[in-house]
Amino acid sequence: MNHLLSWIIWLPIIGMVAIALIPRDKTELIKQVAAAVSGIQLAVVLYLWRTFDAANGTFQFLERAEWIPSFNITYILGVDGLSLPMVILMALIGFLGVFVSWNINRAVKGYFSLFLLLNTGVMGVFLALDFFLFYIFWEVMLLPMYFLIGMWGGPQREYAAIKFFLYTLFGSVLILIAILALYFTCGKTFDMLVLMETAPTALNGMLWWGMSAIKVIWVLLFIGFAIKVPVFPFHTWLPLAHVEAPTAISVILAGILLKLGIYGILRINYTMLPDGVFWFAGALAVLGLINVIWGAMCALAQTDLKKLVAYSSVNHMGYALLGMAAVIAASGMHGDNLISAQAGINGAVFQMFNHGTISAMLFILVGVIYDRAHHRDIDGFGGLASQMPIYTGFVAVAFFAGLGLPMFSGFVSEAMILIGAFPVFKAIVVISTLGILLNAAYFLWAFQRIFFGPANEKYNDLPEINNRELFTLIPLAVITVILGVYPRPFLDLVAATMNVLIDQVVSLGGLASVM
Amino acid sequence: MSNLNSLAYFWPELILTVTVLAAIVADLFYRKEESFKVAWWVLGGLLLTLFAIRIGGSAVTDLFMGTIALDPFSEFFKILVLISTAAVILMSFNSNELKDYRVGEYYSILAIMAFGLFLMASAIDVLMVYLAVEVVSIMSFFLAGYLKKNPHSNEASLKYVIYGAFSSGIMLYGLSILFGLTGTTKFFGMQAAITNLGPDSNLALILSAVFILVGFGYKISAVPFHFWTPDVYEGSPTTITAYLSVAPKAAGFAMLIRFFNQVFGDSNALASESWSTINSIPWPQLMGILAAATMTVGNLVAIQQNSVKRMLAYSSIAHAGYMMMALPLMSKAGVFGIMIYLLMYLFMNLGAFFVVIYVQGKTGGEDFENFDGLGWKMPFVGVVMTLFMFSLTGLPPTAGFIGKFYLFAAVIEAGTQYYWLAFVGALNSVVSLYYYVRVVKHMYLSGERSETVDMPTSNLVTVLLLAMSIPTFIFGWYFGPVANWVSESLVIYQGM
Repeated sequence: MNHLLSWIIWLPIIGMVAIALIPRDKTELIKQVAAAVSGIQLAVVLYLWRTFDAANGTFQFLERAEWIPSFNITYILGVDGLSLPMVILMALIGFLGVFVSWNINRAVKGYFSLFLLLNTGVMGVFLALDFFLFYIFWEVMLLPMYFLIGMWGGPQREYAAIKFFLYTLFGSVLILIAILALYFTCGKTFDMLVLMETAPTALNGMLWWGMSAIKVIWVLLFIGFAIKVPVFPFHTWLPLAHVEAPTAISVILAGILLKLGIYGILRINYTMLPDGVFWFAGALAVLGLINVIWGAMCALAQTDLKKLVAYSSVNHMGYALLGMAAVIAASGMHGDNLISAQAGINGAVFQMFNHGTISAMLFILVGVIYDRAHHRDIDGFGGLASQMPIYTGFVAVAFFAGLGLPMFSGFVSEAMILIGAFPVFKAIVVISTLGILLNAAYFLWAFQRIFFGPANEKYNDLPEINNRELFTLIPLAVITVILGVYPRPFLDLVAATMNVLIDQVVSLGGLASVM
Repeated sequence: MSNLNSLAYFWPELILTVTVLAAIVADLFYRKEESFKVAWWVLGGLLLTLFAIRIGGSAVTDLFMGTIALDPFSEFFKILVLISTAAVILMSFNSNELKDYRVGEYYSILAIMAFGLFLMASAIDVLMVYLAVEVVSIMSFFLAGYLKKNPHSNEASLKYVIYGAFSSGIMLYGLSILFGLTGTTKFFGMQAAITNLGPDSNLALILSAVFILVGFGYKISAVPFHFWTPDVYEGSPTTITAYLSVAPKAAGFAMLIRFFNQVFGDSNALASESWSTINSIPWPQLMGILAAATMTVGNLVAIQQNSVKRMLAYSSIAHAGYMMMALPLMSKAGVFGIMIYLLMYLFMNLGAFFVVIYVQGKTGGEDFENFDGLGWKMPFVGVVMTLFMFSLTGLPPTAGFIGKFYLFAAVIEAGTQYYWLAFVGALNSVVSLYYYVRVVKHMYLSGERSETVDMPTSNLVTVLLLAMSIPTFIFGWYFGPVANWVSESLVIYQGM
């Protein structure tokens, strides 16, 4: 099939139209359609994965179509080793998310329509290779997200939804300005494949208000993406949005949407502004460190389990930033250490994927207990291990994976990042290991308070985790364990692309004196 | 071209004149209850006018001894005026406010106003500019005060008269200074004369430019000449508010683009890709600051409103500000941006006002509270209103995004000295999200979730809302043909 990628993007829209045609009281049918569409999408994505040539680090399955020729806007799609894992993750979580949302009983039709629209937006961002198209999908994600948090969320949902919306729109408009600046300085094209070739040199020596144009555009894009990651100090929307969002939306938010920021930085900042990478790498590592420590400290202080998980995302994304910064190790200035750069950046991508599966598990598990006890207060439980042994087992897996215990995938990616970053950022890496300690502290402490100790009388007859919930958790847990023991398949998938990326950064960056 | 020869090219305006006369005469034969039938006469006339414009082809010439220009640029604005006039007339059938009045002359006055707007879009002589502005203003005073039993409407009309008289007086003063300096009333003659002026007349020149800007700024409700806008918009019948926020603004921009570029620009103005001002008029700086002030003030005040109608009034000030960003650029891309934005703005803003009119008819009010739970009760109206609100914010994939995209692109293209304007514009878009989403919040997040569904009973309302919402959506992702039409329309009469 030539239009495989288009199918992946537009399938959910077909499902959305189908749902729109179903009368709104047939809620079971609506859920089944949503599940079927996501299931087909997942199957197509798996087929894509099987036919994808991992040894080839360039874009594959390219699609091109005329769109608005008068402004050089084209419909271009493509997939490489960076976007494919994210697409797989989205398809998987999108599919599981439908089952996580099975309990939604208010305005089911609206919920699943928006859910599928969100799916299209996210897939579009990962697969678009035209800047204009990329931006449209980037924004299209916001609308369903606003409604999904604002209509089906918790008590503070309206505030959380608008804060999320305003924050991300603020980032988006900065990205838009940067896109336009790139368009007019690099040969009037939105074609990202062309921009990746022309932009690194076209901006050399260009000064705007006495600053290098590369720095200006880098910062604009970085702030836009950093809000999504979220990088400290742009993270304040995240705990609120995570806590107020319904379970499935928290899962998508943590599992996928946070990756969009890092994906954007790697896809756009790194390839188009490689000079900026060298200028910014130090700051990126420091921001990563702050994320690690700040996220862990905040998580330690939480009494709300969902907030704890939300802050753990801030912590985990910090490692990814640190790993990305390690790319400069491969340059002559920083010791020509290609292996270290590879470890760092592959680790960062692996960390994104792992955080996707692990945080999805964590949020599903929080949702499970919230559905039963109707609160999430860590100190309000106690001794649950005896009432819900299977649930306890899954929480243990998720928590251990989250804190980076060996045998789980999180350990592999964090170890790779720390090893990769060490040669260039020794002090930062040493301090950031403190974060691992804090990680263990808040996860284990929370685990102890919820599951051990005297049993809380109130929860004596709490029902055990049910089959539907197990169905959503098992695939994620299996992936976490398999990749923890044998990460090779994943690393093989991304390595070739990452080598191309490192080569792009190192060979084109560090030439102009932006330092 | 001589007066007699010009008539052959003046068909659209002539048809419009006949329409007005026919409507006035027809009105005499209708009883009060059926006076709305005058609207059909006017609509028929507007349709014929549209045909006349399309058949007229794309001649580029001056008419009536160089007082008005005939070019695709003016035709573009004439078509915008026709679309908005026709849409407002159709919507007026459903207006609750107009029910108690005899509406024959309401429709005739709208047609006269369209005629004035035609002249505004094509005037190339300052006397014609003044005449056109006065025709439009006086008709607007009537329409704003049309609800004579409603004190708000009376207040609106009075305020409008006072502000209008004041600002056109100042504008006339500026025009007379300019005439004194150049000895002519024609745009191109003025430009040639200004080129030869010595530096000692700079002060007078700047003074006249600023005074004229007062009159034009009033028409497009630019800060600081916007104080009339909210009260007039709130007091007028909502149909007229919708009209005032779109059509005179479009024609005002056409006039502004023509006047300031052809009088104060160099001889390349509006012909080549970019041009500059003559002498030392700090036009770009002045316009840039006004644009930033206009959108910021409009947005910040819009946040505080409790009435959706008033919020839309203030937000229309902000929209004028976005378009003004492109004025100081002195480039074809900037003019293009304004034109395409006006086209997109026409659909989304009229649509938003139509929803307000409809909701006013259903719930009896136009405050945010009246929109509570509307999305559940009236799914169709809720969805289209959400579309209009997101489009007005400028989120893709809606028409409003494309408009903003072209505006921002023009600003960025013009060079780094204008980047600050793009930033101000971008931040303002974020601010505007807050109050536009507030409408959406009230429609879906607040209020009772109704189990019964209330679809519009009138087919006309459905058709009108569709006619506004389909372009708002389609132009958001497929705007190639529209962009082509606008760039074909970007042919401006350059003088003989």
